[in-house]
Amino acid sequence: MSRWLRSFGAFWYDFVIGDDWRGAAVVACALALTALLVHGAGVNAWWLLPAGVIVALGWSLRHAIRS
Amino acid sequence: MNSAALFLTVFVACAVEAVEALTIVLAAGLARDWRSTFQGMAAALVVLAAVVAAAGPALTLFPLAVLRLVVGGLLAVFGLMWLRKAILRASGYKDLHDEAGIYERQVAAARAASAGGRYGVRDWYAFTLSFKGVLLEGLEVVFIVITFGENQGNLGLAALGAAAAVLVIAGVGVAARAPLARVPENTMKFAVGVMLTSFGTFWGAEGAGVHWPGNDAALLVVIPAIALVCLGYTTLLRRTGPQAQTEVAGAPGAAPATVTRPASPASGPFTSEEMPR
Repeated sequence: MSRWLRSFGAFWYDFVIGDDWRGAAVVACALALTALLVHGAGVNAWWLLPAGVIVALGWSLRHAIRS
Repeated sequence: MNSAALFLTVFVACAVEAVEALTIVLAAGLARDWRSTFQGMAAALVVLAAVVAAAGPALTLFPLAVLRLVVGGLLAVFGLMWLRKAILRASGYKDLHDEAGIYERQVAAARAASAGGRYGVRDWYAFTLSFKGVLLEGLEVVFIVITFGENQGNLGLAALGAAAAVLVIAGVGVAARAPLARVPENTMKFAVGVMLTSFGTFWGAEGAGVHWPGNDAALLVVIPAIALVCLGYTTLLRRTGPQAQTEVAGAPGAAPATVTRPASPASGPFTSEEMPR
């Protein structure tokens, strides 16, 4: 059973996160920060997620070519 | 996003997935047993239908903002995965997605695996290989169809785009009886990666409460901007990548090459995969 759960979890991790967790982590943080800025501080932070996506891709590429 | 753009985006995205699934199915069928391969494919399609039947109505239970936040975030992550692979392949840091090579490796592995049946299936290896391949690629198709269809309020057209892509690729695959090595998969992957990332960013930010300047027209800036940044990353990596190092090492008077990978014959960033093999 635990082996099945492990492979089930690995399948979904691979499906959603893929080869590099950096993209998912930055997107999740950027979305959370955007929601905080919009609802908490009243800042229309439309620029934050696009900037996060560009940084995440650069970070992920940099890690890939170094490893 | 108009209907033609929705159809085209879903069609191209699903065509890429269908090419990958076809390679696996052909390898399992030709190297092992067609009947078990089709059983695996049918089982995967039943699971996918169940996922669609469950996910479709379930999505309507969530508020639109929450849906856009989650779906937008996932789309952006998916898009980044596609772009990362496409850029690394285009710049020579990763081998191009060689369907012919993948097919040969799958066939060799399938021939080496031991035979044996289970649960009424004659060849369990062919069944599981086909099942996993179709399920994994199919889940991505389902995700793209549901997210784009729901967000644009036109699930039917998105499903039609996906069905058309699968039918076209399956038809060409049956006619050719070979993996579709000449499909410019990396170029398609790059284009779809840009679209998934752009729409994911747009919808995700909207779900977080953002009001885009110019509303939907902001997409006309977001899509080219992300495409340009990705082309910039590709150019940058090509200048410092293995191909560039090989070219420099091969120049008269240069030091001996330390990179063993041969230089790509292509001159453009995404053209090498389109060349006949």
